[in-house]
Amino acid sequence: MEDEKFDVIIVGAGPAGSACAYILAREGKSVLMIERGDTAGSKNVTGGRLYTYALELVESNLYKEAILERAVVREQIMMLSDKTGLTMDYFAGTNMEERMPQSYTILRAPFDEWFAGKAEEQGAMIAAGILVDELIEKDGKIVGVKAGGDEMYADLVIAADGVNSSMARQAGLKKEWNGHEVGIGVKEVIELDPETIQQRFNVGPDEGVARAILGGTDSVMGGGCLYTNKDTISLGVVLSPASLAKQERSIADIYQDFKMHPAIYPLIKDGTTVEYSAHLVPENGWNSVPEKLYRDGFLMVGDAAGFVINTGTMIRGIDLAIVSGVAAARAVLKAAASADVGQLYMKELNELQLISTMQLFAGWPQITGLPRMSSVYPDLANEMIGSLFYVDGKLPKRMDKSMLQILRKHVGIGQVLADAWKGFKAL
Amino acid sequence: MTVQKQGTDELLGLDKFTVDEENAHIVLDKTACAVCSDKPCLVVCPAGLYKLNDKGEVLFDYAGCLECGTCRIMCHQLKQWKYPAGTFGVSFRFG
Repeated sequence: MEDEKFDVIIVGAGPAGSACAYILAREGKSVLMIERGDTAGSKNVTGGRLYTYALELVESNLYKEAILERAVVREQIMMLSDKTGLTMDYFAGTNMEERMPQSYTILRAPFDEWFAGKAEEQGAMIAAGILVDELIEKDGKIVGVKAGGDEMYADLVIAADGVNSSMARQAGLKKEWNGHEVGIGVKEVIELDPETIQQRFNVGPDEGVARAILGGTDSVMGGGCLYTNKDTISLGVVLSPASLAKQERSIADIYQDFKMHPAIYPLIKDGTTVEYSAHLVPENGWNSVPEKLYRDGFLMVGDAAGFVINTGTMIRGIDLAIVSGVAAARAVLKAAASADVGQLYMKELNELQLISTMQLFAGWPQITGLPRMSSVYPDLANEMIGSLFYVDGKLPKRMDKSMLQILRKHVGIGQVLADAWKGFKAL
Repeated sequence: MTVQKQGTDELLGLDKFTVDEENAHIVLDKTACAVCSDKPCLVVCPAGLYKLNDKGEVLFDYAGCLECGTCRIMCHQLKQWKYPAGTFGVSFRFG
C-alpha cells in the first residue's frame, strides 16, 4: 500500500480540515481528507456564527461564495429570570457594501459541505463515510491511518476530528476531558418564514442577530444562544455536564423549559422544529489546550486542539479552527523536512496570533463559570431593572434603598465583591 | 404547526438516522451500572437514551444517539464508546 502515500492525510472535513486541505491542494500537495459522515458537515453542529476574517486567510473574497445565512447586524445579550427577560441590543450597522460584515450566522451541514467541496475543487481528495479507527505508528513516528481494513500512509497526519478527537488521544497528546472543561450544546433548528424573522428581530433581508442568553437554565451552569438564519432560527443551550450531574433534571427537559420561557417563546412561535441536535463544546479555553500539539508525523487543529474562546459576548471556535488549519498548511509548505512541521506549526499559530489571543482570554472561563452567573445575577438584573418601571400608585421607596434591598435579597455584598475581584483578576 | 414543548422521542424523530443494527457503538457495563450511585448518564444525555426501569436498572438504546460524547466523559465505566462506523448514525441536515 506504500504506493498510496499522500503528502498529508487530514482526519475530519470540518472547517479546520477543509481550510488546511484547500491551501495544501492549491499549492500542489497531495491531500486526502477522510470524513466519517456521509457528507462533510453531517456530523457537525454550531450555535452559531462564523467570523469572516478567517475565510479571508484561506482565500480573499472566499466568503462571498460561502453558504452563509445572515450577516450579524445586531449583537444582543439577554438575561432571564423565571418569568421576565432583559435584553441589551447593540445595533452594529448595515453598511455592508462598504465593509465586509464581521460575522455571519451559519448552519454547519450546508457550510461544511460547501467548504469541503471548495477544497476538492483545489485538488484535495475527499473520502466520505469512512471512520478512521486508528493511527499507524512506525519507529515512534505517525505514518498513516487505519480505516476499516484499509491502511493509508502520509508524511503527515492532521487530526481535525473535533472535540472528541480520538486521534489526539491515541497519539498520547490529549487527556480525556473532564466534566468541567466542556459544555453540552443542545439545539433546535426552527423553521420560520424570512419576513417574520425580519419583523421579529428588526433586521433587513440577509441581516440577522446573534443573542447570548444567561439564566433560564434552572440554575445549571451555562447559558443559551439564539441565531437567526435565512429561514430558520437556531435556539440552544450549552450547559456544564459537571453542573448538570449535581441535580436531577435532564438537559433535554431543561432545554424544553428554556425554549418555552415567556420571553423566548414569542420569538419562535408559529415556527416548526425541523431538527434536534447536540454537540460538545470546549469551554475551558487556553487552560485545556494540550501542552504539546504535535509529534513526529502528526499535529492537531481546531476543536481537536481545544481552540475555542468564550467571553460571553464572543464565542469563537469555527474561526479559530480555520486559522489553525491555515497555520498547519503554511507549516507544511514551509517545512524543508517533515520533522520540522510541528515546530513550524507552532510558529505559524503565533504569527496568526491564535495563541496570544487564547492566552489573553485564558482567565475568562473563571468569569463565565462563576456559579452565580447562571441564575443569581440574571435574577438580580431583572428585578432591579423591573423596579425602575414599576408603578402601582403607592409611595415608592427611594431608589438607592430599593436597589440595595433587591441586591441583598439575591446575594450578599461580600459575595458580589468576591465575584468582582475574581472577575477582575481573571481579566 | 407551531413549535411546542416536545419529548426527546418526538424530537429524535425529526432527525435522520441510519442505525447500524449489527454493532452497538456504545456498550454499558451493567454490573458497574448496578452499583453506580451517581448515574450522571440519566441527566447529561441530550437524547435521553439512558433510562431507569421499574427495578432501578439503567436501560440504554444506542439508536438515536446524537454522538456528542458526553456519556463517555461523565461515565468512566463504559465498556465501549466509539463513533458509529462510517455512513451510520445521525446525519444532520442543518447542523
